[in-house]
Amino acid sequence: MTTTSTPPQTIETTASHDGLLERIKSMQSVWILGVLVVIVAVFGALSPTTFLTAGNITNIAQNVSIWAVLAVGMTFVIITSGIDLSVGSVLVVSSVVAAKSMDAMGGQGWSTALIGLVLAVIVGLGWGILNGFLVAKAKVPPLIVTLGTLSVALGIAQIITGGLDIRAAPDVLQDNIGYGRLAGIPAITIIALIVVVVGGIVLHRTRFGRYTYAIGSNEVSARRVGINVDRKLIQIYALSGLLAGFAGILSLAQYGTTTIAGQSLTNLNVIAAVVIGGTSIFGGQGSMFGSMVGLFIPAVLQSGFVIIGVSPYWQTVAVGTILIAAVYVDQQRRAAATRGKGVSTA
Amino acid sequence: MSTIERLPLSVDHIPEAKRSVYDAEPILSARNLVITFGRVIGLDGVDLDLYRGEVLAVIGDNGAGKSTLIKCLTGAYQQDTGDVFLEGQPVSFKRPQDAREAGIETVYQQLAVIPALDIASNLYLAREERRPGPLGSVLRMLDKKGMKERAGDSVQKLGIQTIQNMGQAVETLSGGQRQAVAVARAAAFGSRVVVLDEPTAALGVKESGMVLDMVKQLRDSGLAVILISHNMPHVWEAADRIHIQRLGGCAGVITPQSHDMGEGVAIMTGATQLAS
Repeated sequence: MTTTSTPPQTIETTASHDGLLERIKSMQSVWILGVLVVIVAVFGALSPTTFLTAGNITNIAQNVSIWAVLAVGMTFVIITSGIDLSVGSVLVVSSVVAAKSMDAMGGQGWSTALIGLVLAVIVGLGWGILNGFLVAKAKVPPLIVTLGTLSVALGIAQIITGGLDIRAAPDVLQDNIGYGRLAGIPAITIIALIVVVVGGIVLHRTRFGRYTYAIGSNEVSARRVGINVDRKLIQIYALSGLLAGFAGILSLAQYGTTTIAGQSLTNLNVIAAVVIGGTSIFGGQGSMFGSMVGLFIPAVLQSGFVIIGVSPYWQTVAVGTILIAAVYVDQQRRAAATRGKGVSTA
Repeated sequence: MSTIERLPLSVDHIPEAKRSVYDAEPILSARNLVITFGRVIGLDGVDLDLYRGEVLAVIGDNGAGKSTLIKCLTGAYQQDTGDVFLEGQPVSFKRPQDAREAGIETVYQQLAVIPALDIASNLYLAREERRPGPLGSVLRMLDKKGMKERAGDSVQKLGIQTIQNMGQAVETLSGGQRQAVAVARAAAFGSRVVVLDEPTAALGVKESGMVLDMVKQLRDSGLAVILISHNMPHVWEAADRIHIQRLGGCAGVITPQSHDMGEGVAIMTGATQLAS
């Protein structure tokens, strides 16, 4: 069972949905969405009264919200065939700078929170621009650049704080964003959803998004047709950094403290989610929808294992397995595509 | 209106049906192009006339100055002396983009196509159109549907039949079809001159035939085409006139009717000289 066996009638769809359906068909999102549906169905069947409740689903959504914000930027970066390992550290350093400043100001109101937000975003943006500059202009491989900034950013966060978390988020931030709800939906989830939708529009519907694919698919050709590849790469890494900074303030709102030691695996979890969702680590392929599906798989597994009483440590085993399987399927699909198999050559 | 003399043209060797092409003024002309690289002479006073609706092949041994000539015409190099005229007006291209904006498009051997994107996206790459209204101006959303339709129209207008479904990803296409996408991209959007650098180099027999048909269709749609090739049968099949480069200069312009392949190669290698 591969993605190419999806019925071809999706090509003949109405124009307004044409792009989306086609993309979903051609990506492995469908395949992976199937996996997610099966997982949900299994847990739902095993424990219908606990798992498929509004409370639990809300809980899952809340748990993935911060990762979702990071995954938006990561999707862009990975589509360019890059990687951003620094998101977790940038999140930490942004939240540390924001918390420290808000603490110094001492207020608990919106004005303090707003300044914290702006600071966090600026710090994140700065790290992102640094990453982008080093990747695009200094030509250092993204893996190395972001491994380096991962270390540097985390170190700076620890220097600023002496390694101790700062428990200083204004009450308005925690009450309204962290615990707040709108029509029963956590505010943080709504915020993440807005970021994801805007990110999806930018990726799939704008020039910026199209150039992201172009750079990842064939950078030389992209340069030749006149795309300013260096500038686009800097912008894309800047976007990832900016979103990491934004996630930093969301994290402060949710947990009420900086999470200096708690983000060491965030980057890998987000990368795994994006890749599971069908974004190719080799660039040129991917979708925002897929990344979101990929995010929910670990979260649903985590929640499900707890509920049915299986050791939640199995979650990491399952996610790792799915990750490898997803990339295997992606490879097969690419090999088939370059052979021109499964697609009619008109 | 023209400030330049036309190069002598041996109309005798051009088929009757094609002669009207040469009544008009040349669209692109080069006069006495000289370029040197240090002590190496790249071009040694080359003249060239290119007409609308013809395929002018440029052949020559390695190092004869084929690519150098083309690069001077398309803005990749700047000649030391000599002039280039587009529709009778002197032009000087500082960068390839200048030539492109003037309507001279080049398709290099290394195709500038993006495998992961579909055909329409490739045709419109770096000249995307936004949706009308606030969706386009505020949200900056692209007019995907419109671009797809117009891409289909322009491909049809060019007479390129090998690519049909504009929504198909380029990575699923064959080599010849990819070439067709690159050529369509170059020929659409108001281009006047299309330069094809070895378009059949990496292709099989059937695919090559397809590409040559496409070259002829481009010509018939009124474009001026320069075809650089090492493959003599392809040149003799597709070209209306053949410009032979030798040792940095032009050894002569022949037609497939005036000389056969053996004679052309002999001129190219210097075994015989064209009586002028």
